Amino acid sequence: MSVFVPSSDLIRAAVLVLFGAGAAWAEAPVPGDPAQDAAPSRVVSINLCTDQLAMLLAAPGQLISVSHLALDPLSSSMVEQAAGYVQNRGGAEQVYLMHPDLVLAGTYTATATVELLTGLGVKVVQVPPADTLAQVVDQMRVVGAALGRHAEAEAMVTRFQSDLAALAVPGDKAPAAMYYPNGYTAGAGTLSDEILTLTGFHNVAGEAGLTGGGILPLERLVMAAPKMIVTSTPYPGQSRSEEILTHPALRAVRDKAARARMSDADWVCGTPYLLNAVRGMAEARRALESTQ
Amino acid sequence: MTRALFPLMAALVGLLFFASLLVGPAALGLGESLSALFRGEGGPVVLVMQEIRLPRAVLGLLVGAALGLSGAAMQGFLRNPLAEPGLVGVSSTAALGAVLALQSGVAAAFALALPLAALAGAGVSVLLILLLAGPRGGALSLILAGIAISALAGALTSLVLNLSPNPFAAMEIVYWMMGSLADRSMEHVWLAAPFMALGMAVLLATARNLDALTLGEDAAQSLGVDLNRLRLMVVLGTAAAVGASVAVAGAVGFVGLVIPHLLRPLVGGRPSLLLPASALGGAAMLLAADIAVRVIAPDQDLKLGVLTALVGAPFFLHLIWRLRGVEA
Repeated sequence: MSVFVPSSDLIRAAVLVLFGAGAAWAEAPVPGDPAQDAAPSRVVSINLCTDQLAMLLAAPGQLISVSHLALDPLSSSMVEQAAGYVQNRGGAEQVYLMHPDLVLAGTYTATATVELLTGLGVKVVQVPPADTLAQVVDQMRVVGAALGRHAEAEAMVTRFQSDLAALAVPGDKAPAAMYYPNGYTAGAGTLSDEILTLTGFHNVAGEAGLTGGGILPLERLVMAAPKMIVTSTPYPGQSRSEEILTHPALRAVRDKAARARMSDADWVCGTPYLLNAVRGMAEARRALESTQ
Repeated sequence: MTRALFPLMAALVGLLFFASLLVGPAALGLGESLSALFRGEGGPVVLVMQEIRLPRAVLGLLVGAALGLSGAAMQGFLRNPLAEPGLVGVSSTAALGAVLALQSGVAAAFALALPLAALAGAGVSVLLILLLAGPRGGALSLILAGIAISALAGALTSLVLNLSPNPFAAMEIVYWMMGSLADRSMEHVWLAAPFMALGMAVLLATARNLDALTLGEDAAQSLGVDLNRLRLMVVLGTAAAVGASVAVAGAVGFVGLVIPHLLRPLVGGRPSLLLPASALGGAAMLLAADIAVRVIAPDQDLKLGVLTALVGAPFFLHLIWRLRGVEA
């Protein structure tokens, strides 16, 4: 399609791709330049988590596009809001042609894309994923600062912290586990692990010696006999990876364990929607208490 | 030699079956785990033994037996030492049938659709192989036909999995091509075992006719062998046994090639003895491979086909080397 648009931008992009990004440096904004400190007016987000934070924090009209994942109900907590924005698939060409003055990306976003955009003189802010609740707060501030919406970000942080404190469940810890396709789980040092601890659970995967995300064989999960298992909703279509979630052995463990009704999407990103996941876990923990 | 062979092999299979039950990431005591197999209701150990390890061991036994037996029957009927369900594309078309049933949603609506679709896929390719490289075709035409069928079925399987709305499906191309018994359940056993048992019974029933066929087609016909009926039995038996295996365990290669070759000299080259011996040998090989993948990489799902190909492929090259002299 873009072949039929003889834009000078495209030609510049092509030249940069062919001859390296050096030429663009001359045009890159100088740090301290007052023009750069002004709030960006055309923001494109290419990462699911920055999508949601930007939708919550941006001024009307400031955010013009979010990634296609923001419209996937299994990953995004803000499908309805995201429908009001242009979708992007995170490719440098597509993003560049939207003429953004700020691109929000994750630190794991394809480095080639980010380098290309930076080379073309587009300001890219990369937000690291949140592995702790403290980093969730950092993320909110980073995105707020990038958008020039400090006050909104601070209000979000204050509200998040007070809600979080109110949801903590003190007392004995019950064994719990996160369990996903292929036996993937969240071990120690993950956001899920911290939420389990906060809501009165201890993470059996962390105790099995797992740090970060990794595989916990079904046998070892069954032997740990968790009182609470958080799994994910299968995608449409069929996969062998997800069959483990309906394995009779896992079903037998879940029949004896507590249940929580919550959305997978609320666990994915460090946004205020994370509180829904925390609330769901806290309720499940209290229900567990009353049945014992 | 032949007399001692069967009890010895049965003992080996029994030993490997128990070893398979005792190997796993959860460290369980010997007595504790074996007694848990027979307890009715209970804790985590009973669940691990009855719902996770038992189906895995049973499937290892059945899939191995089905593959070994099919290989021996195909080699006997085609009188061609290179015939093997994996090499001639029967396993890959069975995988295509299974993937189509799963991704179209038919298998979710009607559970038997999974083994039936795999059976249909396997049946189509056995028929194609017999057409393209029947008893009068040489080893070369058999292998070439097999390569073409495998390539087409593999490409179509990848296409279907890549087009699936499920992001995990595309990552499972390797599973369908290499096979694995990780995290199978008794539901898979009940789904596949009847088809495998039926297929193996049909293949074992061809034993006497395959004996007669070693004398040549004309001699076999004069001995009263109905070749058309024999062909139908080999096609249906292989399709049911291999199709059901692939539907629950993916395509594991080379078992049906290696095992009949190793055992043929021990049974004096008689198909009627080679068939049951290959079933036992195939079961032993697959159980051993499945134990090995769990010992080598306990927390990763190393595919079964990786190990069987590491053993089988050099063996295959050796056979081709020997056949060179015969066909030239």
